[in-house]
Amino acid sequence: MNAIIGQPVSRVDGPAKVTGHATYAAEFDLPGLAYAAMVLATIPRGHVRSIDRAAAEAAPGVLAVMTHEDAPRLPYKQIAQRPQVDAQSGEQLHVLQDDQVRFNGEPVAVVVAETLEQAVHAAELVRVEYARSPAVTIFDAKQGRPPSEGNAKAGRVPELGRGDVEGAMREAPVQVEARYVHPREHHNAIEPHVTIAHWEGENLTLYDKTQWVDNDRKEIAHVFGMEEERIRVVSPFVGGAFGSALRTWPHVTLAVMAAKRVRRPVRLELTRRQLYMAVGFRPHSEQHLRLGADKEGRLVALEHDVIQQVGRYEEYAETALSPTSHLYQCDNLRARYRLVEMDTNSPCPMRAPGVVTGVLGLEMAMDELAAELGMDPLELRLRNYAEQDQQKGLPWSSKELRACYETAAERFGWARRKPEPRSMREGGMLIGYGMATAIYHSDRSGGSASVALTGNGMAVVRSASSDMGPGTYTSMTQVAAETLGLPVDHVRFELGDTNLPYAPVHGGSITMASLGNAVVAACRAVQTKLTSLARAAQQGPFAGLAEDAVVAREGGLGRADGSGPVVPYAELLRQHNLGWVEAEGSAQPGEETKKYSSAAFGAIFVEVRVDELLGTVRVPRMIGAYDVGRVINPKTARSQCIGGMVGGLGMALEERAEWDARFGKVMNANLAEYLVPVNADVAEMEAIFVPNDDRNFNPLGVKGLAEVAICGVAPAIANAVWHATGRRIRELPITPERLLG
Amino acid sequence: MPDPSQHFSLTLRVNGAEHRVAVDARTTLLDALRDRLHLTGTKKGCALGQCGACTVLLDGRRVVSCLMLAVMAEGRLVTTIEGLAQGGELHPVQAAFVEHDAFQCGYCTPGQIMSAVGAIREGRAGSDDEIREQMSGNLCRCGAYANIVAAVRDAAAREG
Ligand code: FES
Ligand code: FES
Repeated sequence: MNAIIGQPVSRVDGPAKVTGHATYAAEFDLPGLAYAAMVLATIPRGHVRSIDRAAAEAAPGVLAVMTHEDAPRLPYKQIAQRPQVDAQSGEQLHVLQDDQVRFNGEPVAVVVAETLEQAVHAAELVRVEYARSPAVTIFDAKQGRPPSEGNAKAGRVPELGRGDVEGAMREAPVQVEARYVHPREHHNAIEPHVTIAHWEGENLTLYDKTQWVDNDRKEIAHVFGMEEERIRVVSPFVGGAFGSALRTWPHVTLAVMAAKRVRRPVRLELTRRQLYMAVGFRPHSEQHLRLGADKEGRLVALEHDVIQQVGRYEEYAETALSPTSHLYQCDNLRARYRLVEMDTNSPCPMRAPGVVTGVLGLEMAMDELAAELGMDPLELRLRNYAEQDQQKGLPWSSKELRACYETAAERFGWARRKPEPRSMREGGMLIGYGMATAIYHSDRSGGSASVALTGNGMAVVRSASSDMGPGTYTSMTQVAAETLGLPVDHVRFELGDTNLPYAPVHGGSITMASLGNAVVAACRAVQTKLTSLARAAQQGPFAGLAEDAVVAREGGLGRADGSGPVVPYAELLRQHNLGWVEAEGSAQPGEETKKYSSAAFGAIFVEVRVDELLGTVRVPRMIGAYDVGRVINPKTARSQCIGGMVGGLGMALEERAEWDARFGKVMNANLAEYLVPVNADVAEMEAIFVPNDDRNFNPLGVKGLAEVAICGVAPAIANAVWHATGRRIRELPITPERLLG
Repeated sequence: MPDPSQHFSLTLRVNGAEHRVAVDARTTLLDALRDRLHLTGTKKGCALGQCGACTVLLDGRRVVSCLMLAVMAEGRLVTTIEGLAQGGELHPVQAAFVEHDAFQCGYCTPGQIMSAVGAIREGRAGSDDEIREQMSGNLCRCGAYANIVAAVRDAAAREG
């Protein structure tokens, strides 16, 4: 049998998705479904003085109006070990539990009606009077404070470094210093967040948009003080999330309360505008960098401060310092992380949280240093190549970044770049070449899977994982098919249900490194089980043979010495009168984190064309080469990479929440005014995977891919814009008015 | 003023079948399809006419069904994603989307495919630039655009 891992298999769920038969959370059809609509606060801070609900209650079709005045008091029990997807300090929003308003957009009422139209209309009839208190709605970097202990313990440290930065900086013959601003961004997955809550007696089923069904269940169990066993969460398809569906948001609690009140299943779907307030976002950040180098371009001192906004009721923090700590060799380094409290809904992880921010500043500053040195930006990176993780003092479990630089530069034609800015043009178009490095630390977590071999020759593999787009269904099918020696179409992978074996969060690029190994273990376990059965049998081809005399291969069992035929699993099951045989397997991280530092790497090269008169920036070409360890499916992996490029393009040139400080509110809370890339913004994109197989990190050799794919894209574009125009635009996005201004 | 929640009884002709439904005057074609007819292949991304996820063909032309009231669709021919595949055989555009991996999460995909089918039929998929322009009303936050262009180009050539 040919290898299946590494093949560009088309998505196994592709036919369901292109025919409209993939069922997303909103689409479960429950008898008696009622519809909920939220009323959100319109002030940034204060309290509710009064709520007039009479008109809403009298409106046709209305089943219930619920406010803090009559909502049940919920226990909101603490989770013993707070999940990493939650804010690590402070207290999550307790929805409808008091009259306080903590941010503009906090839910103050929920209306349930027979139809969506009736619910939406009635929600507009609820009259709320507020008493406003002074609110902090302006980001003032000077107010930055260190993250609190809970966050520091969870790796969001206030400070890290080594050596003597001040001394080294004083002596450094070449220095650059710069400040970069990156605005608040919103995930804007095309599928809105939605929950259907369905009570049957004391048991609750949630059809929810979530990247982690197991944690969703745990959170709701704690909010309501229920046993986890009474809750089932179902989420077979997720219409994009990018981090926004990692944690359980307040609207899920609202849906559960509303369903209990009206004794019917209730669907609560957020509107596009509400998504800017009711779930998180990438926080606004400002960063300040100082780089000192010797004349040969070796970094001798590096100072990096990152300051981000944070909500006031809970403290979400990021690992923004991590790339600076180990991307380049530098003996003297200090990085600091500060948070500025504001009255806003809480930020949350968005694709490569923190790291994309840190890489942005570092890689833009490296480009400025290259210009200051009169050195090629790629050469500067090579001179400072980190052969080990200097901060941790550990070797990399693998690192093929040099190959990434070489491959991508060659493919791009980097050698054609003229060093001087504004030196390449075609008619009225200024042409710029820019590059940047990408890095994202590789993590793994524990998880489990089950495999059932059935009498009709199929294998059904199950785990409570998620597939928000990267292709979990397909890649896990490949891993199982190869391990079992079955063709891809004889394997079915099921996910997105708390009834399935426990899976870790589908985020942080950890799914394959974590769960992939559990799938392998489960496949091996079922093979072992079948082998024991066959050996213990009274008769049959393997009866009475020694343990090591029987091996699994080519979709069945055979003799280790190669004699005799391979008997397919299904035939063995028939011989032993079994309908199926099933086993579970799990995988846990091992000692590798003590021995190695692990990360995925990339090198991004882009060409921009800037219209000199209009200030518009086009990106005709992007080429990335990536070291992500082993690639399970190059087709879906490429899609992730070009998707990351599109995300990075949006970050560089388009995305920005326009903030109204008077109301503490995003003004452009919709997809026409919050700009995201459209098809016509995108041209040629190429992703190359340099060969690697990181068995030091985990047995499958994968490192994770989703996050690294967005890192480095925006700085490469910004650097190319400088090369085209001679202008350093240090505040994203790089808009025409900024380029012309 | 008429009661906004007044119900209208109407016949929707979707994918060759006739459906009698009683809808609120305010019900959009999108919500009628999804919540009344349970044809959930047509997606709701914004309900503001901004994302294209809800694109269907109305008398063969591309429309965003979230900006059309159900009552306005009475007597017109509606084609949704569920109506494309014939007898278990994927429509060429659907097959090309799978082949070129022109999606990740798949949520924008039905709208993309309906737009592509419309654009190809109208003869507006002649070049990559034209495809990019014609498909720019359909947002894909997973960023599958380059593959979408390849899929539409391929399907247009096959249908040619
Ligand atoms: S849902 Fe109709 S355009 Fe977005
Ligand atoms: S495939 Fe996810 S939005 Fe297009």
